[in-house]
Amino acid sequence: MLEKALIKESKRMFWYWIIFLVVLAGVGFNSYLHQLNQGLTVTGLSRDISWGLYIGQFTFFVGVAASAVMLVLPYYLHNVKEFGRITVVGEFLAVSAVIMCMLFIIVDMGMPMRVLNMFLYPTLNSPMFWDATVLTGYLLLNIFIGWNVLEAENKGVNPPKWVKTLILISIPWAVSIHTVTAFLYAGLPSRHYWLTALIAPKFLASAFATGPALLILICFMLKKFTGFDAGKKAIQKLALIITYAMCISIFMVAVEFFTAFFSQVPGHMVTLQYLFMGAHGHGQFVAIMWVFVVLAVLALVLLIPRKTRENDRTLIIACIAVFVSMFIEKGLTFVIGGLSENPFGEITPYIPGIHEILISIGIWALGIMIASLFYKMVVSVKRESDFANASFNKQEMRDC
Amino acid sequence: MNINRRKFLKVGGVLALGLSIAPVSGVLAGVKGKYMPNSKALTGKNWAMVIDMKKLDQDIDACITACHKEHNVPDIGNKKEEVKWAWTDKYGHLFHDNKHEYMNEEMEHKDFLALCNHCENPACVRVCPTQATFKSKDGIVMMDYHRCIGCRYCMAGCPYGARSFNFKDPRPFIEETNPAYPTRTKGVVEKCNFCVERLAKGLIPACAEASKNGGILFGDLEDPNSEVRKILDTQFTVQRRPSLGTKPKVFYIL
Repeated sequence: MLEKALIKESKRMFWYWIIFLVVLAGVGFNSYLHQLNQGLTVTGLSRDISWGLYIGQFTFFVGVAASAVMLVLPYYLHNVKEFGRITVVGEFLAVSAVIMCMLFIIVDMGMPMRVLNMFLYPTLNSPMFWDATVLTGYLLLNIFIGWNVLEAENKGVNPPKWVKTLILISIPWAVSIHTVTAFLYAGLPSRHYWLTALIAPKFLASAFATGPALLILICFMLKKFTGFDAGKKAIQKLALIITYAMCISIFMVAVEFFTAFFSQVPGHMVTLQYLFMGAHGHGQFVAIMWVFVVLAVLALVLLIPRKTRENDRTLIIACIAVFVSMFIEKGLTFVIGGLSENPFGEITPYIPGIHEILISIGIWALGIMIASLFYKMVVSVKRESDFANASFNKQEMRDC
Repeated sequence: MNINRRKFLKVGGVLALGLSIAPVSGVLAGVKGKYMPNSKALTGKNWAMVIDMKKLDQDIDACITACHKEHNVPDIGNKKEEVKWAWTDKYGHLFHDNKHEYMNEEMEHKDFLALCNHCENPACVRVCPTQATFKSKDGIVMMDYHRCIGCRYCMAGCPYGARSFNFKDPRPFIEETNPAYPTRTKGVVEKCNFCVERLAKGLIPACAEASKNGGILFGDLEDPNSEVRKILDTQFTVQRRPSLGTKPKVFYIL
């Protein structure tokens, strides 16, 4: 089946796209070699802001990975037939996203060559050990499931029974990866912005908005560039899921304001003040936070009314708004915001280094490349099985 | 795979040879777990420190220098990446949830000595994914620089800012290397170790030794007759951020 990703019926355009991504990944890799050689001094990280762009994006992509469950759960548990065509699209998105997560973790480490210490000295009390464990498990689950389901379709048979078992396991597993990722933050004394039980549900809600929004965008791209049609009904079902998830996640962002500002506890207020209004003379995130607010409102305004949600063009705009706004909230400012007030009550600014940005772009490129190759395979298999089904139906009609 | 008798015997022979050598390797690698602790070593069940700011005032810089020299702590020279085991900061920072608007200026800006609190309930140990940071039997929060993967989770976990990360190779920034203590490599976290290597030789921590007027007292919290316990019994002492439940073991007399 792999040959379908690599050789079969490739358009030239596709290979230019892959070469472009390879070049970006190469530039990122070059920067990473530089970082390995010099140390994390090449980043904008500091004693106070000890986690930044890398861990922020790691957190964001755990959400993207977990969101595959929004296709799998309705299809396998509630028999939502419309999703049948695209569950593998979600599973391969999850695979690419988990690989990106792992890369973001590895580039963030001071001693990446010691990464296996996490499994050589398993530490059950550390959320990071659990996070590494559940992410690895989730990656394997989705590779096995996605591959076997597609392979079966390629051969024109039903997937083996044990795959169904794995699929059922993968549903709570998806919830677990984002919950454990939230627990990385939600249990640290003195990090007030993170010290709330709301983090896990907030992460899940934003994941179930962001991931499906990305899936819709992918489906539109697949339709445009390959002719693969996910079907209007599937897209609309996803759009509805995004609408509810986005409402819930914005609600959860908003209630934090009440707790912080009604209680007037300085530790609870300071990060929100710093992010949205500026505090102690620092306000580097204020502009971008208001971009988040505007995009989030725009997304809701376009998603909630039926008319704009059902219109392809406005739906695309809404999905981009969901993705970008949530990337700002969760991928950029959640992690950095939580660390911005140091243990001495001072605000530390953070500006990512050039290599840090190039490495991040490289990881994006690699993730997009993996997804592109997977999707090429998916599209070829679907095209053949669609063709086989069509001719089978014709045969049947004639036989009647 | 096709295994004939000849091949089987060959492989079997090699395996048998390996088995007979195995016990020898134990001898060559030395006997594990048998060594005598120094008879002069200071022993305690739960080490703690009392910092008396009234007595320490003059010696504070000497304490920091003694510590940093002893442990090859580099002088990086910028705030972004600085490495420090002991340092000074003003009251308003170290006790920032305990200051108020009308506070005596002198007190608010007075420099206090800060170091790792060797918490009884350390958040850093709880979060470390490899046990590279751990609590020893005598209550010291220690670091294994050879196991640390540099994930910096402990830095996010520590509410006292006591941990430093080696953003670059620290060796060029060490003025004079003390061969008795290891230097660190880039990519690992480090912090105060309550001079565990000095305790093993029967010496009190370097900072306590450098505070000539008894500004820093070091002792066993479990021993009711220790100097530390006597001071805690008789004087008013405070900890940094006690409300977080970490149970810090560095006590201050303001």
